[in-house]
Amino acid sequence: MWFLVVYIASLVALLVTAFFSVNSLTGNIIYQWTWANFSQIFTQSVYGSIILRTLIMALLVTVTDAVIALPFAFFIAKIAQRRVRQAFLALVFLPLWASYLARVYAWINILSNHGVLPDFERHLGLPITNVAYTNTAMWIVFSYLWLPFMIVPIYGAFERVPDSFLEASSDLGAGSWFTFRRVLFPLILPGVVAGSIFTFSLTLGDFITPLLIGGANSNFIGNAIYDSAINGGDLPFAAALAFVSIAIMAVYLFLARAAGAFDAI
Amino acid sequence: MRLSRLSRTGLAVLSAFVVLFLLGPLLVIVLFAFDKSNVQSLPIKHWTTHWFAVAFDDPAVRSALWLSVKAGIAATAIALILGTLVAFGIHRFRFFGRDTISLMLVLPIALPGIVTGLALQSAFNITHIDLSIYTIVVGHATFCMVVVFNNVVARLRRTSTSLIEASSDLGAGPVQTFRMVTLPMLKTAIIAGGLLAFALSFDEVIVTTFTAGAQNTLPLWIFGAILRGQELPEVNAVVVFVLLLTIIPIAYAARISSGEGMFGSSRSN
Repeated sequence: MWFLVVYIASLVALLVTAFFSVNSLTGNIIYQWTWANFSQIFTQSVYGSIILRTLIMALLVTVTDAVIALPFAFFIAKIAQRRVRQAFLALVFLPLWASYLARVYAWINILSNHGVLPDFERHLGLPITNVAYTNTAMWIVFSYLWLPFMIVPIYGAFERVPDSFLEASSDLGAGSWFTFRRVLFPLILPGVVAGSIFTFSLTLGDFITPLLIGGANSNFIGNAIYDSAINGGDLPFAAALAFVSIAIMAVYLFLARAAGAFDAI
Repeated sequence: MRLSRLSRTGLAVLSAFVVLFLLGPLLVIVLFAFDKSNVQSLPIKHWTTHWFAVAFDDPAVRSALWLSVKAGIAATAIALILGTLVAFGIHRFRFFGRDTISLMLVLPIALPGIVTGLALQSAFNITHIDLSIYTIVVGHATFCMVVVFNNVVARLRRTSTSLIEASSDLGAGPVQTFRMVTLPMLKTAIIAGGLLAFALSFDEVIVTTFTAGAQNTLPLWIFGAILRGQELPEVNAVVVFVLLLTIIPIAYAARISSGEGMFGSSRSN
């Protein structure tokens, strides 16, 4: 319990810090109430575009992962035999827990100009994909990083649907597409939303991947926080930015709760 | 739902590609660590373990490794004690605020890691605590505790209380029951939670960035080295070492606890 107190107290400290400011000469924090940080975020267009970019990427990654995870989870839950299922599940869990930095670094080696992918294409005489240090590269890497977080809850949701439901649907004359759309999908939707909480929250808070994989114009909310807190020494401004991402996450969790996702985690 | 043979095969092929997509990059990174050349490319012409030796001799890598190990062990120890106790409290007793505490335990996961990191930094700043190994340990303990909690609570939910009741009916005191019945039941869940917690701590970058101050843990060293773009072959070797040190405890944890509580906990970055 003691540790939870520390955690909550820290969040309060974060909120309070967001209303402080920094003396531009000495770099010391001035412990006086001000709305300056928030008004700076909402009036300077650069922060608006950073927030918008982060949101678009988070949505894009969430949708991509859902599209990949749905057929995959369906296959391992409902079609694959026991052995294949166990093997595939283990292979999903491995990257879920394996070193995050290692997985990001692997993609630098794959996508960079002399990386594995361009090399391979040169070898075969194919047109060379030049996506290193772009938003496309970030989209690929984020989708890769968070894919297991989407697969696991969707798999869980599929597994909880009894086979008899599907049989009943087809006995009543429904085609497989109709069954998927009207029977299966509504039942697994909470699983999809649960997965999306992870993909959304993780994309929202990341600054490592944008720094290492993204190019010149790829700043995320996370980068803005990192820059002000670590490089700029402006902790209050970073705290205000962090509150923007907490607010976004709160809205998202509220919507997810309305969709009944909390029962699926 | 009757699927045609064609769509079954289609799904199988698609799924195989997904697995390949998930594992391919890990394979690339492992292969590259053994490439003798300064600039890695496939196919590898000369194999070597030279870069591992270089990395291990590097004093910066060594001190970062040592700091990571110390912080990881300390954070895991705190997480084991507090996580297990909280799991017992939540599971066994109904009390005012119980649901609130369960919800708060989800917060370090649901909120982005950068929020946790910055929140802790703000708290240390206001209370004038200097950033050191202790602040790293506090930061890591927050998410490590959630992992241990999830593992232990998952096990407690699956075991019935009748064994404990039987033990006290047979005349065992609370201490004897705990030692001879409860603990053996929970042992593998606690060990698995600890292993996962250590693996998470050993690889954590985001919370650490905000709580480490001027010192480097191993992941911070890797992050810095990739940003600078120097010593990349050495980075390869270190990255593979970290990869192994995260995968081995996790695989072992999955084995002894048959995977329970492994997802709900998740990573917190």
